[in-house]
Amino acid sequence: MNSLYYQKRLSRNIGDKFFTSLSVICALIAILPLIFLVTYILYKGGSQITPELFTLEPNPPGDDLDAGGINPALIGTLIITTIASIIAIPVGVGGGIYLAEYSKGGAFSRFIRFGVNVLAGVPSIIAGVFIYALIVSTKILFGSMYSGLAGGMALSILMLPTVIKTTDEGLKLVPNELRYASLGVGASMYTTILKVTLPSAFRSIATGVVLGIARAAGETAPLIFTALFSYYYITGFGDLFYEMGSLAVLIYNFALEPYDAQNKLAWVASFILVLSILSVNIFSRILAAFTEKTKRV
Amino acid sequence: MEEKLTLFKNRKRFGIEKNIDIIFKNTALVLSSFVAIILLGIILVVFFQSFESFSRYGLKFLVTSEWNPVKDEYGAFTAIYGTLVTSFLSLLITIPLGVGTAIFITEDFVPKVFREIIGSFVELLAAIPSVVLGLWAIFVMEPFFRAFFVFLHNFFGWIPLFSTEPTGRNSLLAILILVVMLLPIVTAIARDSLNQVPKKLRNAAYGIGASRWKTIFSVILPAALSGIMAGVLLALGRAMGETMAVTMIIGNSNAFSWSLLSPGYTISSMLANQFGEADGSQVSSLFYAAFVLMILSLVVNIFAQWLVKKFSLKY
Repeated sequence: MNSLYYQKRLSRNIGDKFFTSLSVICALIAILPLIFLVTYILYKGGSQITPELFTLEPNPPGDDLDAGGINPALIGTLIITTIASIIAIPVGVGGGIYLAEYSKGGAFSRFIRFGVNVLAGVPSIIAGVFIYALIVSTKILFGSMYSGLAGGMALSILMLPTVIKTTDEGLKLVPNELRYASLGVGASMYTTILKVTLPSAFRSIATGVVLGIARAAGETAPLIFTALFSYYYITGFGDLFYEMGSLAVLIYNFALEPYDAQNKLAWVASFILVLSILSVNIFSRILAAFTEKTKRV
Repeated sequence: MEEKLTLFKNRKRFGIEKNIDIIFKNTALVLSSFVAIILLGIILVVFFQSFESFSRYGLKFLVTSEWNPVKDEYGAFTAIYGTLVTSFLSLLITIPLGVGTAIFITEDFVPKVFREIIGSFVELLAAIPSVVLGLWAIFVMEPFFRAFFVFLHNFFGWIPLFSTEPTGRNSLLAILILVVMLLPIVTAIARDSLNQVPKKLRNAAYGIGASRWKTIFSVILPAALSGIMAGVLLALGRAMGETMAVTMIIGNSNAFSWSLLSPGYTISSMLANQFGEADGSQVSSLFYAAFVLMILSLVVNIFAQWLVKKFSLKY
């Protein structure tokens, strides 16, 4: 009769308690770094932000107390990520359309899907090495070596797998009835895709693409020997063919400087980068949760 | 009636519309093959650029650790050893932590809201750029762990792994920052594979009187093992290729040492440090090192994909 009651001292119950607390500890250790990290960056970077930082050039490292601002790096990051998006989004969306709408699961599409996964696993610095060999060292872009354009190309290689995957998966979620209905009233395949399937998958594709852009904005390794770094304002279109600064490379360069002023700029740049990346992530998460709820109803 | 039928019979697509359709399809086909072209391009370009160094040093490159641009002698053993040691040791720490967290998220210890919050917290950790983690590691983590490293050296200095006096940046810090970076990957994939285990299996185990953790260890974890393994392999690939945070904290020294408390090198940090200023045969040797890194991460990635396909759950 006694055995029907919960017995604290039973070895199985003690073991259960032990492992439960172990997994609680694991979860705590997993979140602690994030809480530390985010609060520290927000505190350290946010407390030093002034309006001038956004308009000034960074001063070359030295004993100066004033490090200047991050304007060129901020604009550079925007330009380089835009270039990467201009290359990666059309190619990725087009490739994703082929995989989801045209391919019939044959050897070619299986090979491409496999290739997408492999490309996603290629170390980001290899993308930089590749663009260096292909574009920087050959001076193929009108004789310019290190350039914002080359940096954008290196980033686009990293964005491409994400864009293809989200397009492919987003289109696969569109119910086949929509396609049948469109083809049934006489629309051609491309009208069906452009007017029916792509618009209905738009939100999931856009979410994936925006997350991919956010990830690319923080990438450093592909830029350190393609776009290099620049201390000067970006003034015109021609600057695309010269060295271009970016927030990520600024953090890398200035973190390793022995001067406080430069380290301070690195923290400010981190603050801006982390804040924008986290808010994009949180926003898209809320959006995804919201669409899921409305779909269920 | 007759008229209408012939009208339908003659209704054909305009030539232009047909052509646009064909062009659209072929453009999509070409765009999708870009992935394959880029992938092959990367492999070929890196291989051919490393050819000079490859033919001069051969496989000796992999086992010697001399890296001397002045004497033109190159060997990448220190960097390869550093890559393997940092990635494997960081995985060794990450696996129990990540799987433990995943179990916590998938079991019902706390209400669902809390579990979802913890889950998305861990996922957000993956979104933080590695260069920011490197900055944080330099200015927060290194001072925080300094006393602990001195303690390690004083009490466990007789173990070769802790045999050097800790001075600032070292391999152990690189391992720790890698743990922070790998944790979200392992946790997310382990959580997904645990969620995929059918409820029936759990109910059956409870039904024959197994306790919660008996069920987890003997039924649920084995069922989710292939997915978790694949996640671990993906994390391993990421650890090998990870550049920025590691470069900033590992100390960048080509002097070989068994000790984790001395500065080290990885292939990717060697590339990040030297590529910009290299010339002559050093460039070719760096490409050789890049080729080695690429092969390592390709093998790991392809093996992970094969594992997923081969052992994916079939219930």
